[in-house]
Amino acid sequence: MSVQSVNLALAGSVAAAVALVPLAVSAQGMQKDAEKEKCYGVSLKGQNDCAAGPGTTCAGTSKVDYQGNAWKYVAKGTCTTMKTPGGMGSLEPTKS
Amino acid sequence: MFTDLQRNFSNALLDPDHVVPSGVTARTAAATERFAIYRNNVIVGLVGALRSRFPAVEKIVGVDYFAAVARVFVSGHPPRSPVLLEYGDDFAAFLERFEPAREIPYLPDVARIESARVRAYHAADDTACDASGLVSVAPDRLPATRLILRDAVAVVRSVHPVVTIWAMNSGERPVEEIVNWAGECALIVRPGRDVVVRQIDGGAASFIAALRRGESLGVAVESALADDTDFNTTQAVADLFAHHLVASIETDTAGSIQ
Repeated sequence: MSVQSVNLALAGSVAAAVALVPLAVSAQGMQKDAEKEKCYGVSLKGQNDCAAGPGTTCAGTSKVDYQGNAWKYVAKGTCTTMKTPGGMGSLEPTKS
Repeated sequence: MFTDLQRNFSNALLDPDHVVPSGVTARTAAATERFAIYRNNVIVGLVGALRSRFPAVEKIVGVDYFAAVARVFVSGHPPRSPVLLEYGDDFAAFLERFEPAREIPYLPDVARIESARVRAYHAADDTACDASGLVSVAPDRLPATRLILRDAVAVVRSVHPVVTIWAMNSGERPVEEIVNWAGECALIVRPGRDVVVRQIDGGAASFIAALRRGESLGVAVESALADDTDFNTTQAVADLFAHHLVASIETDTAGSIQ
């Protein structure tokens, strides 16, 4: 479609779209917003916490934990149950 | 001087092979050991921030795998801001390049949805405008008109059924076999206080993504038509307002209409 015809079509589409949407719906939507108080820190709590809790150890960081070249972890989550075009999970290390 | 000290300290924080930075002393134990504990806590804290931001990714790969991937990410991506809610913005891009994760090709797009959800959650508390502002725009001005989207609105496009996968791994749907493995696009919005992920078609995704980049209505429609010749402009514009996605309408000369 040429730019000109897109522009022409746009005028009709926008007019039709405006007719489709009830105006002043947002006032209703906003009222719904106001009924809920924003609850800071509940849904995503702890992101800025000091990590002196679970997971903290006094053993220090293992040097081998994050050596990218010695990757030994196998994904064990739900990816093993989801069918992909390559088969279930397609998680076996592929030899090429 | 001071910047050298800072650089030396931050390098030592993320690299276990690094010597203890000069000036670090310990009263009761060897400085090396004490610094290793501090280093571990820094990394555990950052891994924890990633876990809370990407729970679906963690569910897909499992706890051990996620912790290992997260550690690799953390060691190469120190936070650039003290605000940890932004931490992990580039985790999806990292996953895409991370060789061991290539076996799960949809993982980066799931991470993109989760990343957008957190950004939407913390987006400005702006309000939606209705479509009445469009009525007064002269037809020849419509192509150059800009619909400014609300702060929370984001689009993720994928060649994988990423909305279904995300929904299955965030508790919204039961985990089961995906029979129809087709691409899906996600619209992330926050109509009220709660973030919502909705599936939209490819044309609508191109349209909203173009508006998000600040393109005019004319350019956005062209971009959607290039993606999907059946793109329905009327429906797409109506949906924008019906779902409260538009914050304001800007015409090329008259400025903003609230």
